Amino acid sequence: MTEQNDKILLAHGGGGRLMAELIAKTIGPAVYGKMPQVLADAAGVNIDGREILFTTDSFVVKPLFFPGGDIGRLSICGTVNDLAVCGAKPIVMSLALIIEEGFAVSDLEKILHSIGKTVKEADVAIVTGDTKVVEKGAADGIFINTAGIGIPKKGIALGFDRIEPGDVILINGTIGDHGMTVMSQRQELTIQSPLQSDCACLHKIIGLLLDQLGPKVKFMRDPTRGGIAAVTNEIVQSCGCGVELWEENLPVNPAVKAAADILGFDMLNIANEGKFIAVVSADAEQKALDILRNHPLGKKAARIGTVGPKQPHSLVELVTSIGGRRIVQMPYGIELPRIC
Amino acid sequence: MRLDAIQSAREQIENACAKIGRPVGVMEVCGTHTVALFRYGIRSLLPKNLKLLSGPGCPVCVTDQGYVDTVIELAQRTDCLIATYGDMIRVPGKATSLERLSLPNVRVVLSSDDAVSLAKNHPDKTIIFVAVGFETTTPATAVAMAQAEKLGLENFTALCGHKRVLPAMRALLSGRNDKIDAFLCPGHVSVILGSGAYEPIVKEFHRPCVVAGFEVEQILSGLAKICEQLAQNEFAVDSVYGLAVRPEGNRTAQQWIENYFELCDGPWRGLGRIPEGSLRIREKYAKFDAQKRFGIEQMPAEEPRGCLCGQVLCGLIEPNQCKLFGKKCTLDHPVGPCMVSTEGACAAWYKYQK
Repeated sequence: MTEQNDKILLAHGGGGRLMAELIAKTIGPAVYGKMPQVLADAAGVNIDGREILFTTDSFVVKPLFFPGGDIGRLSICGTVNDLAVCGAKPIVMSLALIIEEGFAVSDLEKILHSIGKTVKEADVAIVTGDTKVVEKGAADGIFINTAGIGIPKKGIALGFDRIEPGDVILINGTIGDHGMTVMSQRQELTIQSPLQSDCACLHKIIGLLLDQLGPKVKFMRDPTRGGIAAVTNEIVQSCGCGVELWEENLPVNPAVKAAADILGFDMLNIANEGKFIAVVSADAEQKALDILRNHPLGKKAARIGTVGPKQPHSLVELVTSIGGRRIVQMPYGIELPRIC
Repeated sequence: MRLDAIQSAREQIENACAKIGRPVGVMEVCGTHTVALFRYGIRSLLPKNLKLLSGPGCPVCVTDQGYVDTVIELAQRTDCLIATYGDMIRVPGKATSLERLSLPNVRVVLSSDDAVSLAKNHPDKTIIFVAVGFETTTPATAVAMAQAEKLGLENFTALCGHKRVLPAMRALLSGRNDKIDAFLCPGHVSVILGSGAYEPIVKEFHRPCVVAGFEVEQILSGLAKICEQLAQNEFAVDSVYGLAVRPEGNRTAQQWIENYFELCDGPWRGLGRIPEGSLRIREKYAKFDAQKRFGIEQMPAEEPRGCLCGQVLCGLIEPNQCKLFGKKCTLDHPVGPCMVSTEGACAAWYKYQK
């Protein structure tokens, strides 16, 4: 039952615990009736015997333009990637714009140009859309929603239920780039080496991995809001196995780490927009890394952890760079910069 | 990070603690140290007889309930904008928190500069800067008042909640906690105060005081020096924070504090009233004092029922010894400020400990 004085907080949109609670207790029961056991990045739908994958995502990033991308590019990459990590080739998308009154047409044109460029890169078609304008103050410049349909690759079965103790956890490159770029733009932090979002379409690099490794790839997810911490905690909660991560192995851009340190943020909680986590069989680890590292979006691919045995109260544990250990919790939802 | 230096510090700690034999309690005064000790996994690597006690060096945690309720009350005025550091928005007051109120006039700022900018950009509103923090942030509030004066801003005020670390350390040793054998002293506060500020603590209470920064190498070196002093039974002030911390500190920053603030006996959550433990804005700058501008009589409020933040802040208990910890008081639904603050001991324990 909802308490009358409960309000939606910013943290409810953060990809962490509060969002999970909102979906489980409020949105899910209303929309699904019976909550699905697992909520994946895209939903499998059978239409007249044909399996498709369907996903949607909304984009409210601030600022709208940032080094390495903009809201337009993000709106295509985000949905393409949600389909790709579920093993689907993206085919068609919708594009819905909610524009604030007074928004500069020149900015809209820049965003649309970016969308057009990214659509070509993703080899996907926007086939339908919608445009709304709301009065000044009712939207922060522009909000975008995209939805996408993809065809799942044959012979691929990805899911939490395929993850087993001994599997290895890989990532295709440096962490925290997007989140820290956006945060440092908002806070006007001047860092000596400029930060850049990693916003990119991952369908091709993922396609290569799936084509060459097939069922040895067990699960994938892109660590957007909530970062690696959110994805690995979802793994633990859904399959009951522990996860051990190694700090030494986490690929990090030193400038990104410096920005996170200044603001007091945990790198594991920071959003990524051009990265995916893949859980693969241990015997496929080296081949997987070779495939990733041979692709421009995977040059810094690394094994960042392993899946441990199933046990009650499984946790995500980080082995720190000095050999200590600590827990990695599901993030709350928003990172607050420290005071001093 | 120099792995050889880290290994060497670890060995020194092991050897010194073996020599000491008995359990020793080292208080890490600063909340950032508390978090770093967990985040780097240092806690899991220390000898069993070396116990780390979290101290009251978390500005949000030691801000008393009365101050929090005052901010929440002011936030509900339509003629004000509240400018606050992020952590404060989640601290629960009597009935709610700034976060749960979700008011459009509450703005999270990274610095006192941002609060002055708000005043400049919103001439129709009175800005109330939630000025909490120790000596690290106090000079910035002073500078903000000077900037406001220079810009001729009549609408900038600060609700002063600034506190001083040394009186709190003294209060802890004067009866509140007899399990503190040494202090790992706060890095950034010491940049301002200087390492020399701890000499009276060493002289009067015979406890090592070692200043360290926040990188893992620094923290381990600081702990190594403390353990060696305890093993030798010879106590002194020391610093591993290099050139950042001078014995005399930053005189300019100290002067700014002296010019704009005077000492007072304010309430500290968990420690009660500490003589000269707090600061208030000098009468000369009354126009920037939100307490005077709004005629606020801050009444100390009762702590939430069952909340043992006070004992955690004194290092008397570990967070998991509080009955509310992990049950009624969690990261998502905090009861007390130690669970809210990113530097709070309870939050760190909850986030990083099994």
